[in-house]
Amino acid sequence: MYTVADLKKGLKIILDGDPYLVVAFDFVKPGKGQALYRTKMRNMINGSLLDRTYRSGESFEPASLEERSMEFLYKEGDHYTFMDQQTYEQVVMEEETLGDAKNYLLENLKAEVMLFGEKAIGISLPNFVNLRVTATEQWAKGDTSGNDSKPATVETGYVLRVPPFIEEGELIVIDTRTGEYSTRVKG
Amino acid sequence: MKSDALWLRAQVITAVRDFFRERGFLEVETPLLIPANAPEEHINPVFSLPSSWQLQTSPEICMKRLLCAGHEKIFQISHCWRSDERGSRHLSEFTMLEWYRANRDYQTLMTDCEELLQYVATVCIPATLCFTHNSARFNPFDTWQRISVQEAFTRFGNCDVWECLSKGCYEEILTSVIEPALADFAAPVILLDYPVELAALARVKPENKCLAERFELYVGGLELANGFSELNNPLEQRRRFAEANIVRCRAGQSVLPLPGPFLDALGSMPESAGIALGIDRLVMLTAGVASIDDVVAFTPEDL
Repeated sequence: MYTVADLKKGLKIILDGDPYLVVAFDFVKPGKGQALYRTKMRNMINGSLLDRTYRSGESFEPASLEERSMEFLYKEGDHYTFMDQQTYEQVVMEEETLGDAKNYLLENLKAEVMLFGEKAIGISLPNFVNLRVTATEQWAKGDTSGNDSKPATVETGYVLRVPPFIEEGELIVIDTRTGEYSTRVKG
Repeated sequence: MKSDALWLRAQVITAVRDFFRERGFLEVETPLLIPANAPEEHINPVFSLPSSWQLQTSPEICMKRLLCAGHEKIFQISHCWRSDERGSRHLSEFTMLEWYRANRDYQTLMTDCEELLQYVATVCIPATLCFTHNSARFNPFDTWQRISVQEAFTRFGNCDVWECLSKGCYEEILTSVIEPALADFAAPVILLDYPVELAALARVKPENKCLAERFELYVGGLELANGFSELNNPLEQRRRFAEANIVRCRAGQSVLPLPGPFLDALGSMPESAGIALGIDRLVMLTAGVASIDDVVAFTPEDL
């Protein structure tokens, strides 16, 4: 168990059954008064923010979260299945929980999956992933419209802006932190 | 840059010393390691193992004994320790200025505060003469408001301070409603006449036994100093210490030893007034920084 003295930014605790991350913390104590511990916490499942003030004597259950290396197996409807390559354990994540990560999920992609008990609540991807362009318009030579980018669809169905010289079938590098085109993989 | 803050810190401390020396105060140094602090409900001392002595939570016990010994105007700048206090405005080890006046009450201390802050501003921030907190400026040469605690709760919180105390939400209302409202004043503000249960070492107001002659100085909503007319009745003092220990005991806190020689001497203490002012916070206001971390050479986390 944690006490109020353990509260600090980055601490993970369980509140009403959900894991929360302390994102802001301050200790407040008016002269001759009782100490107050002010926190702002983020629900690690749905991302909602919560302000809570505690007093000394209160205690918290630590949220035991585990990050495990897993591989993306397949998608079925809104459900994405991952597998631990060592134990062959499988977990399912919903599209909503994945957020933007769904744009880069190609079979066999390795990712760090955050587990709260049995439940997968988050994912962290490699900073860069390689994806093949499945559809983009041909670059017309002599195009003077001044556009320095055009839309392209990659194999996961994700659409992003790429430079005009990128052609269908090419492998490109995407920065998963920004969702933007990074460079072309030279064949 | 931190080095600028440290230069400013040294300047503020020099100005404070000059201020009191010019007014005939004796600078004293009392022991930091003592057998007993004044037991308070919500202040936990740092114990020095293996002895049972404690680091001072305030130099008040020894300074009041100097008043008993006949000194009339004394001040001290010293380190104080309070266990488990750490936040953007708190350090477990911090620097406190305390000054005491025999034969005076808290009204004189309020005037001292006005003159001290004006003096520090003149010496340390001559360009603006203003203290800064959360990017807003506070001019110590403007008129200082003196507002009773009761009035502050009614006026800013639309509630009754006694009710807040009995409901246990006094601290919440004070820190989330009253203190922010005090930042709307252009000058420092004094809150005065606290409910007697919030003033363990202060004298009761002769005309109202429910109130104590205690005040707090705020600049931009930041609590800077706490002063009062000193209680000099040893029996009453002993009773209040015992009460503090009972509250501590009920809350699962350790019972603290009583400062015996202080209680023995208290009967010979003249009518007096004393005040504690946070030097680190005064430097924060002078430098215009929001965190106490920015005005000390090292925080505990740096060590």
